[in-house]
Amino acid sequence: MEALEIARWQFGITTVYHFVMVPLTIGLGLLVAVMQTLWYRTGQEHYLRMTKFWGKLFLINFIVGVATGLVQEFQFGMAWSEYSRFVGDVFGAPLAMEALLAFFVESTFLGLWIFGWGRLPRLVHLLSLWAAVLASVFSAYFILVANSWMQHPVGVEMVDGRPVMVDAWAVFTNNTALVAFPHTLFGCLAVAGAFLLGISWYHLWKRRHDGLDTLGPDGTVVVGDGGGARDTADHTVWLRSARAGAVVAMIAFAGTGITGDLQGKLMFDQQPMKMAAAEAACHDGTGFSILSVGNLGAQSCEDITAVIEVPGVLSFLANGDFTTEVKGVNTLLPEYQEKYGTHLPDDPMYGDLAGSEIDYLPVMEVTYWGFRIMIGFGAVAAAAAAAALWVLRKGTVPESRWLMRLAVFGILAPFGANIAGWVFTEMGRQPFVVAPNPDPTGIDGVFMFTAAAVSPGVSLPELVTSLVLLTLVYAALLVVEVKLLVTYVRGGTASAMPELARPEGDPGADGGRKDDGDVLAFAY
Amino acid sequence: MTEALPTLWFVLIAVLWSGYLFLEGFDLGVGMLMKLMARDDTQRRVLLNTVGPVWDGNEVWLVTAVGATFAAFPYWYASLLSALYLPFLLVLLGLIFRAVGFEWRGKRHSDTWRNGWDRAIALGSFAAAAGIGAALALTTTGLPLDANGDRVGGAFAWATLPALLGAAAVVLFCLVHAAAFIALKTDGGVRMLADRLFRRLLPVAMLPFLAWALLVQLDTGSVLTWLAVVVAVGALTAAHRFSSVGRDGRAFAALGLGMLALVGSIFGAVFPVVLPSTIDPAFDLTVQNASSSPYTLGLMSIVACFGVPLVLAYQAWTYWVFRQRVSESSIPAAHAVTAL
Ligand code: HDD
Ligand code: HEM
Ligand code: HEM
Repeated sequence: MEALEIARWQFGITTVYHFVMVPLTIGLGLLVAVMQTLWYRTGQEHYLRMTKFWGKLFLINFIVGVATGLVQEFQFGMAWSEYSRFVGDVFGAPLAMEALLAFFVESTFLGLWIFGWGRLPRLVHLLSLWAAVLASVFSAYFILVANSWMQHPVGVEMVDGRPVMVDAWAVFTNNTALVAFPHTLFGCLAVAGAFLLGISWYHLWKRRHDGLDTLGPDGTVVVGDGGGARDTADHTVWLRSARAGAVVAMIAFAGTGITGDLQGKLMFDQQPMKMAAAEAACHDGTGFSILSVGNLGAQSCEDITAVIEVPGVLSFLANGDFTTEVKGVNTLLPEYQEKYGTHLPDDPMYGDLAGSEIDYLPVMEVTYWGFRIMIGFGAVAAAAAAAALWVLRKGTVPESRWLMRLAVFGILAPFGANIAGWVFTEMGRQPFVVAPNPDPTGIDGVFMFTAAAVSPGVSLPELVTSLVLLTLVYAALLVVEVKLLVTYVRGGTASAMPELARPEGDPGADGGRKDDGDVLAFAY
Repeated sequence: MTEALPTLWFVLIAVLWSGYLFLEGFDLGVGMLMKLMARDDTQRRVLLNTVGPVWDGNEVWLVTAVGATFAAFPYWYASLLSALYLPFLLVLLGLIFRAVGFEWRGKRHSDTWRNGWDRAIALGSFAAAAGIGAALALTTTGLPLDANGDRVGGAFAWATLPALLGAAAVVLFCLVHAAAFIALKTDGGVRMLADRLFRRLLPVAMLPFLAWALLVQLDTGSVLTWLAVVVAVGALTAAHRFSSVGRDGRAFAALGLGMLALVGSIFGAVFPVVLPSTIDPAFDLTVQNASSSPYTLGLMSIVACFGVPLVLAYQAWTYWVFRQRVSESSIPAAHAVTAL
């Protein structure tokens, strides 16, 4: 194993992990803010319960996003110092702005929201949540600007072999970023929608299972009152959440489709090799493949056969018509070799790889399947959401335990789509860490090979240590987070509102502390 | 004007680090005192709740200091972070455990669970404070860097006396600062404990910080930076005096001022070098040769002009909203989450 490979694994693992928490934070945050707004406007009890319950799950997840995000901020310098030196002039700016303009707002106002229940005026309290949530959306924009510059460098000039920013407007309105931003947001909403739907389904099922809700003669629900946290308002909480989740998931999928199509068109211009690799398209004019067989991992186009192909679709995805021939790998390889060389320069900055042959073809197994998993998982989740909405018209869910399990595990599908999308995007950019642009709107000649980006001074044992430690810690945190989420989900709304669990007349365990002004409404 | 931009950004980064040490200083200290000072679970929860609403906002000062270094001085960012790979790994692991500990500690009704997280919070806070102290000290005293700014001498080339001094300086500062903060933010038994701890610790706790400042002054100090050291000593003496007469607020402010003066004296003395090379002064990273282009610095300056005052304003407001003292009687009973 080489330092380069370890560093790449580390970046991949830590960033993918960060991006497990991030979509839930962004998507669920937006939905909780809407719930609290509804409570503020209508004063209805079930909206308060929804805000508190989903808000609690939001917070349990949020903190892991923060903890893993910290690693992101440092690891460019730690493991990718040559990269940081090369891109610092353009790349650092959106990162610093993300911290100054977004993270500060997010963390400060979230603190106000968590501890501000009962202490801040209701409107100020609501606005605090909106500030935090919108800041997280804003932070996604900034980081996507940074990432998009790696996919499509704009707004720079080369000075002494390094890109220097000359046009900030171009960097911040990079078309790659402007389409990646809504696409990612829809991806986040898809996650949140499935999350709401799956968990609410479980509770609706549990209410039926426990005999609280029954079916009337016409097949619609007869809501039972179990008292405390399981009164009739409880049913409303889950039914509304489930329906909202299903609708959000469907809209989100449509959104990813529309924006994803735009991304495909940009990719065709900006990173044709990624496009070809996504399709395992060896020859010009290959159709959109539903299934290709052969040795995709062989890094060669010799023995790949498209088994099922839909002609025209790939042209449409790339160019908006059904006839343009999309260039295949066999045509692109010589073009890349001519432009960027056949071998890495014999320069010590490339380490062991100096002078070796450059492989311009990304690992096709990953790009091909990554693309399909993204779309496939998204589509399956959206179809399931549509079916769920149909089932929910009766006001509850069937008693089937298997359907309930399906709904709960279905939460994983949009997470999978998001991860697959990123792995495809980042691996498809290889062997470049900053991809060059053959298209006329980009500046050609601005690129960097991944092999040149790692920290020359950092030793292999250091990288292995951090890879092992971070991976172990992350794995442990994931287990704990999921366990905590499960505990809080099982507890229902009472887990976020202990007052609901108390029988009438019991002042509660802190009954001795009468002075309400003194007791904190929220405390760790 | 454009020549002054790198200097302006050097000052701004010094400000960001000062803000970080001032704000997260007490919540790192509170984290350590969860184990060192608090006597029972309720006291621990009192400590936790003094920083509950603000610690995450405080931590962003670190994220911003590091991010701003990336944007304004990419070479400084790249060399410092890669040369100190293991110390920063330690800082990150510490901050991760601390953050999840804060949020998750009360989420389950079990002593083992809480004890485990208490330990994670205390150790995590300690690791973060020590690592950051070492890194800050080393960026002022130097690292073995070659012409490209890469570390030579292996993974532990940074393990020198200044690293130890910096680690001790920041850890001990965090502890006294937290004691002053707790005395200011709590009532009852916890306040008395903190008050006593503060007066006992203060005379010794700031010595390593002072030693670090003197080490830098002896090398490259100027009249102005020596003056800052004198101001610091005065402020620290005053802090002790204020605490003895029960003026918690002033004691906290005076200690903070003392630390800020020391940081100012250190950054002032090393200027214009941001990261010296102990191999050859020709390889020193300076404000000029490590900085971004004037265009980027100009853009960032505009953003900072709006951003920094805004951050200060709403963070100050947060402290005002949560100005109430926390005491053992204000902590509600813990509730267990049970499946339906
Ligand atoms: C729930 C998540 C989800 C779903 C259902 C989809 N995507 Fe996606 N996709 C992502 C989540 C995502 C992502 C993880 O958020 C990515 C990674 C980079 C990015 O900007 O978004 C992404 C990247 C990404 C890219 C790569 C951009 C690049 O490399 O520059 C393309 C071309 C598409 N998507 C296209 C689509 C199409 C045509 C979809 C059809 C419905 C689709 N995506 C559904
Ligand atoms: C959050 C979603 C993201 C995911 C899931 C993700 C995933 C990955 C993966 C899997 C790799 C390894 C690539 C390889 O080994 O071939 C990688 C590399 C990398 N990514 Fe990302 N990435 C994400 C976002 C970003 C963003 C926003 C940036 C920039 C701000 C970025 C910068 C990098 C860098 C610098 C590398 C290392 C060089 C390389 O191996 O290509 N990534 N990422
Ligand atoms: C598309 C990719 C990314 C998005 C949308 C994103 C978004 C977010 C969001 C919403 C948060 C808030 C907390 C949470 O996640 O729950 C967060 C935290 C964080 N992210 Fe990411 N992030 C991405 C990738 C990265 C990368 C590549 C970096 C590295 C520079 C990074 C740095 C951070 C940091 C430092 C935090 C902690 C902030 C705090 O303390 O409040 N993120 N990110």
